[in-house]
Order: sequence, then C-alpha cells, then structure tokens
Amino acid sequence: MSAAEPLLAVSGLTKRFVDRHAVVDKLRRRPPATLTALDGVGFSLLPGETLGVVGESGSGKSTLARCIVRLHEPDAGSVMFEGTDMLSAAGAELRGLRRSIQMVFQDPYTSLNPRLRIGAAVAEPARVHGLIERGEEEDYATELLERVGIRPETVRRYPHEFSGGQRQRIAIARSLAVKPRLLIADEAVSALDVSIQAQLLSLLEQIRSDLGLTMIFIAHQLAVISRLADRVAIMYLGRIVETGATADVFANPRHPYTRALLEAHPRIDGTRVRKPAVRTETPSPYSIPSGCRFHTRCPLAEDVCSRVDPPAVEVPSLRGGHVSACHVLARAAEAHTPAAVGDVGG
Amino acid sequence: MSAQAPADPVAVGLPGPLGNMVAARLRRRAASERRWAKVTLWLGMAIIGAIVLIAAAAPLLGFVKPDQQNLAQALQAPSLHHPFGTDTLGRDILTRVIYGARIDLTFAFVTTIIPFFFGALVGALAGYRGGWLDTVVNRFVDTVVAFPFIVLILAIVTIEGPGLTGAYVGVFAVGWALYARLTRGEMLVERQREYILAAQILGYSTPRIVLRHALPNVLRASIVFSMADIVLNILLLSSLSYLGLGVSPPTPEWGALVAEGQNVLLTSWWVATLPGLVIVLTGVGFSLIGDGIADRFGRDFTLTGSG
Amino acid sequence: MSAPGTEIHAGAELLDVRDLTIGFPAGEGLLLAADRIDFQVAAGRTVGLVGESGCGKSVTLRSLLGLVPYPGEILAGEIRWLGEDLRGASKQRLAAVRGIEISMIFQDPTACLNPVFTVGDQLIETLRKRGGMGRDDARRRAVELLDRVGVPSPERRLRSYPHQLSGGMRQRVMIAIAISTRPKLLLADEPTTALDVTIQEQILSLLKAFQQENGMAIVLVSHDLGVISETCDEVVVMYAGRMLEAGVREAVMSSPRHPYTRGLIKAMPSLEISDEPPPAPIPGQPPNLADLPPGCPFQPRCELSRPECRSLPVTLDADLAGHGCACPFAEVAV
Repeated sequence: MSAAEPLLAVSGLTKRFVDRHAVVDKLRRRPPATLTALDGVGFSLLPGETLGVVGESGSGKSTLARCIVRLHEPDAGSVMFEGTDMLSAAGAELRGLRRSIQMVFQDPYTSLNPRLRIGAAVAEPARVHGLIERGEEEDYATELLERVGIRPETVRRYPHEFSGGQRQRIAIARSLAVKPRLLIADEAVSALDVSIQAQLLSLLEQIRSDLGLTMIFIAHQLAVISRLADRVAIMYLGRIVETGATADVFANPRHPYTRALLEAHPRIDGTRVRKPAVRTETPSPYSIPSGCRFHTRCPLAEDVCSRVDPPAVEVPSLRGGHVSACHVLARAAEAHTPAAVGDVGG
Repeated sequence: MSAQAPADPVAVGLPGPLGNMVAARLRRRAASERRWAKVTLWLGMAIIGAIVLIAAAAPLLGFVKPDQQNLAQALQAPSLHHPFGTDTLGRDILTRVIYGARIDLTFAFVTTIIPFFFGALVGALAGYRGGWLDTVVNRFVDTVVAFPFIVLILAIVTIEGPGLTGAYVGVFAVGWALYARLTRGEMLVERQREYILAAQILGYSTPRIVLRHALPNVLRASIVFSMADIVLNILLLSSLSYLGLGVSPPTPEWGALVAEGQNVLLTSWWVATLPGLVIVLTGVGFSLIGDGIADRFGRDFTLTGSG
Repeated sequence: MSAPGTEIHAGAELLDVRDLTIGFPAGEGLLLAADRIDFQVAAGRTVGLVGESGCGKSVTLRSLLGLVPYPGEILAGEIRWLGEDLRGASKQRLAAVRGIEISMIFQDPTACLNPVFTVGDQLIETLRKRGGMGRDDARRRAVELLDRVGVPSPERRLRSYPHQLSGGMRQRVMIAIAISTRPKLLLADEPTTALDVTIQEQILSLLKAFQQENGMAIVLVSHDLGVISETCDEVVVMYAGRMLEAGVREAVMSSPRHPYTRGLIKAMPSLEISDEPPPAPIPGQPPNLADLPPGCPFQPRCELSRPECRSLPVTLDADLAGHGCACPFAEVAV
C-alpha cells in the first residue's frame, strides 16, 4: 500500500436526526426520539480508487454520502478533501470544493429539472463556475453528452423525452461538467432494469478510466460493486462493520453480516432450499442495540456481543487493510484459524 | 418521439372478431375523452377571448358614450337598436356593459397577477429557506388569511373614501397570502427533490436555485387557483359596487349596473339581469379555462409504470 | 365451485391462460401491453413471469382478477379458472373468487393495508367476512396466522397499526391476510422487490412453506431473475408484452435459448471479481410500446436480428411443460 496522500479522509463521522419532541415524551421527561444515521464512520480513499459502500435500509450509506458533500451537516467528525477541511469551508472556498466532489442520485425521474432542456442542464454548472463562456454552452454540453452515450441531436430535448437509463446518463454528464475529482454514485443504478444497469455500470467504468476519477459507489447489493470497486465497506446501522479489498472481503468475509449478504445473493443454477442466514429484521435506527449492533440477528452471537461494542480490528489479508468489527470472527482470525464458511447458520 | 404505428388488431390478427370490436370501442372512448377535454379549454378561452377583445376595442367600435343619457329612451326593452335595452336614464345598457368590462377585467387581472407573483415569491423563499423566515412568513400568512376581508375593505373605504382605490388596496393586502401558502407547500416537497439537491451540490447560489430551478416547478397549484381567483376578484368588485362601496356613479362597473337595475327589477328586468348574466358568463369562461388547464396538468398517464 | 379448503390433487391444473391480450388506448391507436400470453398453473407449483419494466407482466397478473387499470381492457383470450372462464365472469362471481380462491399480494404493502385500522382489525375482518368465521375463532386464527408468517409477539401485534411496523413486517401481514382464506392460487406481484436482501429470503421461504403445506399454486411476477430462479418451477420470459421464452425452470435458466434471456442472465450482477469491465450484453433502450417494429419486438437490441425477423409470428415452439422459445434463429443450447 503506497504512502500516497489520500484524496478523501473521513473520520469519526456522526449524524443524528432528532425528531420533534413528542408531548408524550416531554411529559415523561424522556429525550426526543433520535435517529442515529451515522455513528463514528471513517475511511480514506486514495486518488483513483473506487470504494464500494454496501448496506441495506437503515445502514446510513446515503447519509454518509450527503454528509461528505455537506447536504447534511454532521454532528461530529471530520471530512478532509486533499487536506482541506470540508466541514469548515464556507463561501468561495466551499464553492471551489464543490467543483471537486459530485454526486449522481438514485431516481432518474427526479434528478433532472423537468423544465430545463438537457443541454442547458448539463452546461449550466460549467457556466456557473466560469469554465465556459456564454455561447459555448451547446458545444460543451454536446461533447459531454456524447461521452455518456446520448446523441448530440437530442441536446434540446426535455428530460421526459428520455428513458430512465438515458436520464441517468444525462445526470452523470451534468456532474462531469465541473470536472470533478471525486464522483459519488448513490445507488445510481438501483432503480434501473438489469439490462440498463449493466450498460450504466460499463459506462461508469469507462468514464472512470478515461477521466481518472476517484469514485464512491453506494449500493445495497454486493454483486453490483464486485467489478467496479477496488475496496468495499459494509455498513450496518450507521457503522462500517467490515472493510477491505473487494477480493479479500469476498473470499474471506470476516463479519457475519458480510457473510449474510454474500449468502443472500441468488444463484440461478439450482433451487436452494436455503435456511435464511440471519434471523428477524433490522432493528430501527431509533434504538440501536447495545454492544455489537448486529448481535440481535447474528447466528454467532455470544454473551460478550450484547455487552461490548466490538473494536475494529485488522485481520490478515492478501492486500492489506482488511478490517472487521466482530468479536467472534476477529478473534478467529487472530488465532489464524480460518473461519469456515460453514459457521453461518450454526 | 414517434407515436405512429401502434398495433392494428386486424393486422396483428387478434383471435376472434370480438377483439376487434373491443379495440375499436377503446379507441373511440379515448378519442372522445380527449375531445371533451379540449372543448372545455377552448370554449373557456373563446368566451374570455371574445369579451376581452370587445372590451379592448370598445372606443373604436363607435358606440355611444356610456353615460350618454337620453331620458326619452328610458327603460326600453331589448331591441335591435338597444340589444340590452336602456336603463332608467336612457343609457344604452350594452354600451355600459362593454365599458364596464374594461373596468372589471382590468381589476381582475391586476388584482390576480400582482398578488400571484408577490405571494409566490415570498412563499417559495420561505419554503426553501425554512427556519425563522418560514415561521415569520407563516404567521403573517395565517393572520392575513384569517382576517375578515369585508371588514378590511370597509375600514379602507372609510379612510380612503369610496372608489376603486380601496378595492385595489384591499385585495393587494390580502390576496397574496393564499399564493404564498400554496407555493410554500409545494416548495417543502420540491426542495427534497434530487435535482434541487444536485443544484446545491453543484454549488449554485440560493437565488439561482430558487428562482431558476425550483420556482417554475412549484407554481402548478397557484396557476390553477389563479383562475378561480380571477373570478372571485370580479365578484368582489361587483359586490362592493353593488353595496355602494366600490365605484361611484356613473361609472359603469358590472356590479354597479346590477345595483342600478334593482329597483325596476320587476318591470324592466333587463336592467339588472343582463349585466348579471354577463358576470356569470365571464365567471364560467374562466372556470372552464381553469378546468382545461387542470386537466392538461393532471393527465400524465404513462403505460410503462407497472411492468 | 369448490369451497375453501377442499383438497385438490397435487399437479391438477388450476389456471389456464390462453391468448390473453390486453390493450391500452394511446394516441390514435392501441398499445398491446400483453399480446397472446399463454401459460398454465398447476396446484402446488409456482409459475414465474419475468421481464423488465414495461414487459406487461404486472398487467397480465392483475388481469387474472379483473384488475386491469383504466383505461386498459382485455381484448381477447381466456382465463380459465378451474374450467370456468373468468374473463366474462360477472362482478359478483369475480368478487367471490377474489380473496377466497385466488389471493394477491403486492410490492407495496402500504398500499393495501389501511393505515387507520390496526393489523388485527384487518386480519380479523378478512377472516370473518370472507372466511365466515365467528369473532373469537377469527381472533384465534389471526394470532395463529401472524405467528405462522413469522411476526414476533403476535398477540401484541394485533393492536399495532401498519405504520408502526417495518417494511418486512407489513409484507408478512399482507401475506397473512392473503392466505387467511386458504386460497388455491396466490398471485404475487414483486412481493420482495422493496425489501432488503436479507429479508427477501425469509419472505420467499415463507411462501414456499405455505405452498408445500397447502398445495397452493403461485404466480410470481418479478424483474429479478435470481428470485424467479429460486422459487419458480416454470418460467415465462416476457418482453414488450410478448412471451419470448418459457419452460421448466431448470431448462430456461441453465440453458437459455432466446438471445434476450441469455443477455438477461449475463447482465445479472455476479459476485465474481474480475479486472474486466462489467459486461453489458444487451445494448439499446427499453422498448417503446408505441413504436415497436413489425415482428419480433427485440430486434433493435438483438445481435441475431436479420430481415426475416420483421415477419416473425413470435410464438413459442413448445409449451410450459417443455422449453419453448420464440426465436427460430437461436442456437440450440449445448
């Protein structure tokens, strides 16, 4: 692992959403209902890397993305972009930083202004940041649109004239207009049909290598990021429970939740009469379980798991940087006991 | 996007002649629905268009002056020479109605458009910013909306004296509030939309986001309401004049015309009734336009939503 | 007609859909959301309708209970339920069948759970009105059902309102209501699409278990080939309202014949790590029903397309019991 300066360094990021104080709670002198979306999240990203962030509902992955671009203000923690503190930037400095980090959203039907022609929507960011002059907009937009596979003759059309997959391409083009260094794809392909998903993933891969982009790819399925992501971070209820090189984590998952996600991936070869790998449902982020937040569903849960929050421990791996927060599996790794895949379901 | 060549059931060879009959019936039904929706809009626009045109061209149409009295011709029933008859002072009622249209329509448009813009702007800003601005604007709007409007008008009229000014001031003071509320409501939803978030991430300034991106998308409810508002404002002015609080004689405002005909209602019905019918017709015209617009906005039916 | 709970021999054919065609008016013409759809469902078996958005699978499913959304209509075909054609059935007959002999569950449970009534109210109401049970019996049975679908503390849950439950729980409640009358056929419209992957498994296992217990048949609609592959006995692949491939699951999934099916399977994200960029086997845009080419609708995106495709009848060369494909140019799978 090179000692290069990370492009993005996130540390201790915490974000809570506090509901309006219900009368019932006020009367009983209870604190207002609080949703813990992020609870001490940290990672770093080297230039050119792609990080896959995978988690299900309530994991906080979207909140993470929004905190990084400061759509939400985190309650604690830091976000350093190329050494600059993003959370304290303001005014012109913030605007400059905004050029560097862009985001593509999940819903193709609301991520484009329905009243703006796509050429105008794609060129506007460049105008606003002074990258182009008036009159250069259409050419600039055409070039960007061609790069994402949208035919130049359609530059004056409105978003509703395009399909979902095409709209996502346009949204990507818009985010590229300011020549960002880091692109965050927040479930950017989740709302698309499988055949179109495949096209978009291929496109993102191509853009990434053409433009040397660093990427954070957020998804709720591990399989989606398997080819794109160099490293992966698995999130559960506001924490990263495991992270490492994608190949390492897939080959040797060191957290029961990761294993459950891998197990849950459907196979199309034969019918599996599977025993579900985890029990029950994800607890509500309003009441995070004590100790290890996964212990209520974990097939390996021991006594310690309900009392003590497991520390993030580095485990042996081929490519290094494989970290897991699990009492049981981290212990097994330390003892150099290969944790058998058959542990799950025990 | 071409919409040509959808499947022709005959060519496709639907099993059974029944299929073709059902298909034909479906097509007819859809076509007639579309026609009907168009009719509403065009009918409304035709009515209003005609009234506006005639009113605008009034001085050029060579009518007798609206306050031209001719006592010898008083209270004539409608005839070729006086299509709407004459009133107690022998004035031609049709002329007075047409000149009245100028007053009423101007009032209606001005008292709708200006509060629309002002209210929409305030509401959009308050909805987008949230926080103390939103709270302040909300309380203000609540107060204004709750205020009994007639009382306000009476108060203004007492201060200003009767006349159009009082009506204008009154509506400006109060009319904007509903638009503010409508756009604020839509803005609360719209500001979560991803294209707005994208605009924020792209570093656009707040004025740019609110005015260029959000505002055009939050006006729908306000536009639909404005059609009703125009009608309400006409009725307001007519009512005020009828009560003697609006224009002063001999200004030929529609409501005033109705008031003038009250006393002779049973003998010379046309003096009050015909101006009244014109008020109704105008109201219907705007309502039809409003319906037509609401229809076009509402008809967003797409097939590929449910697989 | 048989009363609820009557034994049906396993394997007996319950539903026979033939030539089902559903049209929607559009502009001056007609869009065919479903075009001559054929399939049969036997007791204890699961038939899957798979395809991407706009392929007509949901509309087809809903038409089985007479629920085609306005302004669409069934233009042609038969829907034979236990020998009787439901397509021409009276409103009363359909009402008697719905919810009792044939039940349906949807992608979004919030849409069919009334937010102002408790879960218990809704479950008990179904048991009493449609199942004809008395109040106490219904209550007992409701608790049983909730327990059966995996809702913890079922007694307490009876008093919960839908919004107090998580997505997975709501889905379970919806399933409980649907199977409370022991239907012979369950129609499932993307029942797990909105759920987390780890919950999906649990729900699908649940449905399978019911099926085995009661010999219930299922028609499952999904865009997820993985879900289809794990739960279905027979598979129908749909595209732009047509059936492109159909057959026994093992055959279709392991040796797909139609280029679309092959492309779909290849396009599925896999856990395989590779340095190669992700494959995008199906180029082009989803089909626009208003602008389909004559013949096979898949032509614009098909690597095998040739001029003859424009005059193709697009019918399967075998039925659901075997392995039928609508493309005569597809290579025979090895």
